[in-house]
Amino acid sequence: MMSEHNVNASVSARRQRDPRVSTIRALWTILFYIVSIGIAVFMFLPFFWSLMTSFKPSEDIFSMPIRWLPSKLTLEHYRTAFTTVPFGLYFWNSLVLAVSGVLANLFFGSLSGYAFAKLPFRLNKTLFRVLLAAMMIPGIVTMIPSFYVLKHFPYVGGNDWFGAGGNGFLNSFWGIILPGASGSFAVFFMRQFFLTLPSDMMEMARIEGSREFRIFWNIYLPLTKPALATLGIFTFQAGWNSFLWPMIILNDPKKATIQMGLQAFSYNHQTDFGPMMAGALIAVLPILILFLLLQKYFVQGIAFSGVKG
Amino acid sequence: MASIGKLHRHQARTGYLFITPTLLLFLIFTIIPVVMAFYLSFTNYDVLSHMDWVGFDNYRRLWLDSLYWTTFKNVFFYAVIFVPLNILISIALAMLLNFKRSGVKLFRTMNYLPTLTSAVAAATVWIWLLHPEYGLVNGLLSYVGITGPAWLAQTDTAMFAIILVTLWQSVGANMIIYIAGLQGVPDYLYESSKLDGANAFQRFVYITWPQLRPTTFLVSTMSIIGALQLFDQAFVLTQGGPGNVTKTPVYLIYQQGFNQLQMGYASAQAFILALAILVFSFVNMRLNKSEEPIV
Repeated sequence: MMSEHNVNASVSARRQRDPRVSTIRALWTILFYIVSIGIAVFMFLPFFWSLMTSFKPSEDIFSMPIRWLPSKLTLEHYRTAFTTVPFGLYFWNSLVLAVSGVLANLFFGSLSGYAFAKLPFRLNKTLFRVLLAAMMIPGIVTMIPSFYVLKHFPYVGGNDWFGAGGNGFLNSFWGIILPGASGSFAVFFMRQFFLTLPSDMMEMARIEGSREFRIFWNIYLPLTKPALATLGIFTFQAGWNSFLWPMIILNDPKKATIQMGLQAFSYNHQTDFGPMMAGALIAVLPILILFLLLQKYFVQGIAFSGVKG
Repeated sequence: MASIGKLHRHQARTGYLFITPTLLLFLIFTIIPVVMAFYLSFTNYDVLSHMDWVGFDNYRRLWLDSLYWTTFKNVFFYAVIFVPLNILISIALAMLLNFKRSGVKLFRTMNYLPTLTSAVAAATVWIWLLHPEYGLVNGLLSYVGITGPAWLAQTDTAMFAIILVTLWQSVGANMIIYIAGLQGVPDYLYESSKLDGANAFQRFVYITWPQLRPTTFLVSTMSIIGALQLFDQAFVLTQGGPGNVTKTPVYLIYQQGFNQLQMGYASAQAFILALAILVFSFVNMRLNKSEEPIV
């Protein structure tokens, strides 16, 4: 292995000295940077453009040759966005929903993931396979019946024992939190992580007389922090960005999420591009901040889903 | 022996206890709905009045509903262009940014950023970018003397606008998946093929592509399932217009079920769409399995 490495190194060292090869290499490098930068600029341009638009005075926005930079910076569009519609409230609603989703999925996902990975019980394999298989069911199948179940949930929201009379979980945050509180992906993801942890710590703790929940909570759960971070980020992103389901469940404008608010705003104020861009950026901001802080976990999470496939 | 048996029983009980919340939620929000989805499609459920069994009426109506089949045609058109482009662009980006050069991390990050945006925010921004007169896209086109179309208002360009926006939003994540896949391809395959005199194209066709088959299977399955259920972007960018060319089945099901409250009929529509998704996932699975990887 070592000698092979040396041979390779000396071959490439010889190549380096050959002037023709190094010119070709330089040309490739230049080409690489031209293409990569070109693509990166294209991907980033919508961010740049919406940011510029959100800070431009209105007369700059509709200028005929493109004006790349604002003639003067203004926060007017942000003020408009927050005063024409209650964007702050929408932001808060989305935050509550997304954070609840994260906490529920981290807790229930790791609890069942631990059970499936570490505890022997007869239906372990079978039940886990059923959960996995259910991930293949397209969301559209359960959309209408889930609505039905939430509306006719017994003893909730004015319903009687038969689920009639009231509105059940409709128009409440529970209608969004409960169906996604323990996603199959969370269980699967946490199980895979618990499988990589050794089982002998469990035996040790049992000999010392610890209770099963304490073993899970005090010994194993703290070891899964990187996995929890990754899962938390993904759950947050999914919750924050979800649109169709909250739109179905929540009718009260006071309970609308930021995505619903943004859609309604861009539909009702079709030419107010300044405030529209300000709103869109606000709707993206929390995820961007999370990403910048926890980039490592994002990339790990995606690579995980790729390797598993 | 007896105490070991007791310990096992205790652990088994704990196991069932730990999975109870998950299983309860799974039962209420997956199993029951899946069974009900089938049942509801044979009823005239409309939230307000009494629910009656109507037999195959919904399916008969659906068979003759030309708008429903139009939405199918639209979403197939979308998927046929979106899915292959999604895979090709993601692989190309991954191969480009798998080179070890300084700045590669930054380029990856830039390509990944769009996948963080919500469909609604992305669509909102692109409404502005694709504005016929003052939008950035047509502004840039005018630099090279092209008068750009009214992207979202013309029947021949509206779907391409949606394809563009969804590609912009999805290739970054798939690029990361493919980079992980590329890094799993053993180097000796490339080394030995170089010794055999294979050129770059041949190395891609005979090594990279077959080695990435599991990754491609994952990415193509996810994008087929996502593409056939397109909703958010179509709803925000074009509201299904112009002239229904961007109306998708999920959009129609949403309108039928939640605006017009014809939930029985909408369930039938959803059921047929789900069958279509299953069929296409299955076909995709066979296509990807038919050629075994070389190593």
